[in-house]
Amino acid sequence: MTTQAIHSTVDTKGLACPMPIVKTAQHVKTVPSGALVEILSTDPGSVKDFAAWTRSTGNSLVEQSTDGGVYRFVIQRA
Amino acid sequence: MATETVAHVRDATETPEGKLNAAIAAAAETAQTAETAQRQLVIINWSGQYDKVMPTLIMSSVAAASGYRASVFLTFWGLLPFVKDEKRITGENWMQKMLTLMQRPGIGHLKLSQMNFAGLGPWMIGKLSKQHNVASPRELLEACQLMGVEFMPCQMTMDMFGLKREDMIEGVGDPVGAATVLELMTEEHTAALFI
Repeated sequence: MTTQAIHSTVDTKGLACPMPIVKTAQHVKTVPSGALVEILSTDPGSVKDFAAWTRSTGNSLVEQSTDGGVYRFVIQRA
Repeated sequence: MATETVAHVRDATETPEGKLNAAIAAAAETAQTAETAQRQLVIINWSGQYDKVMPTLIMSSVAAASGYRASVFLTFWGLLPFVKDEKRITGENWMQKMLTLMQRPGIGHLKLSQMNFAGLGPWMIGKLSKQHNVASPRELLEACQLMGVEFMPCQMTMDMFGLKREDMIEGVGDPVGAATVLELMTEEHTAALFI
């Protein structure tokens, strides 16, 4: 979908709420504006949580997919 | 057809009206961001128990992670988890000392509000939390501090319990009173919780 390369990945696999969001927020603060960050999670609640989090923070959720119980999100920093 | 539409849109942004519209859209976006920045969560953390301190730490860390201003007012029993873990007895007189003798202070010594069963309950919850990779209260507290959650101790409780600033963990702010918290709670775009 996007031609821009992924800047970095936050692996939150195995972590429960709220750590996927907390770790993502901490990481996204360190990347430049416009950078794409990939997040991996095994928390089913993260699907709704990342949608809400991006709405709250103004960052964009550009991709979302599931593969064998792993949820993958690509977020672009505002 | 599609190419034509794109060309038309591009032209539109170059006309004075188009530029104005683009400027309005940009201003609206900025305003929206500003509004988001004003949102805040205020929690009155009254309880010192595991199952109540957890939602306080979870909600406030996520609020800070979502760009909200997050403030936690620590009052009554809710102050004790924010006393340094290594402090065993605090206070000056025997009654103040009795308080921390009966409820051990520190984030590592939380008890459950029910099903405590002389420590069996917290042990089981600790074990289940590990199995399900739930962060410990200490990890959540560290996340809160890293994300800039503001912890405000209650001056009145500090005095009554005989707690001093040096008894409290690092990062706990200046003691405040009810008027400070009330002002925060009644600000716009604010959610206020009593836990």
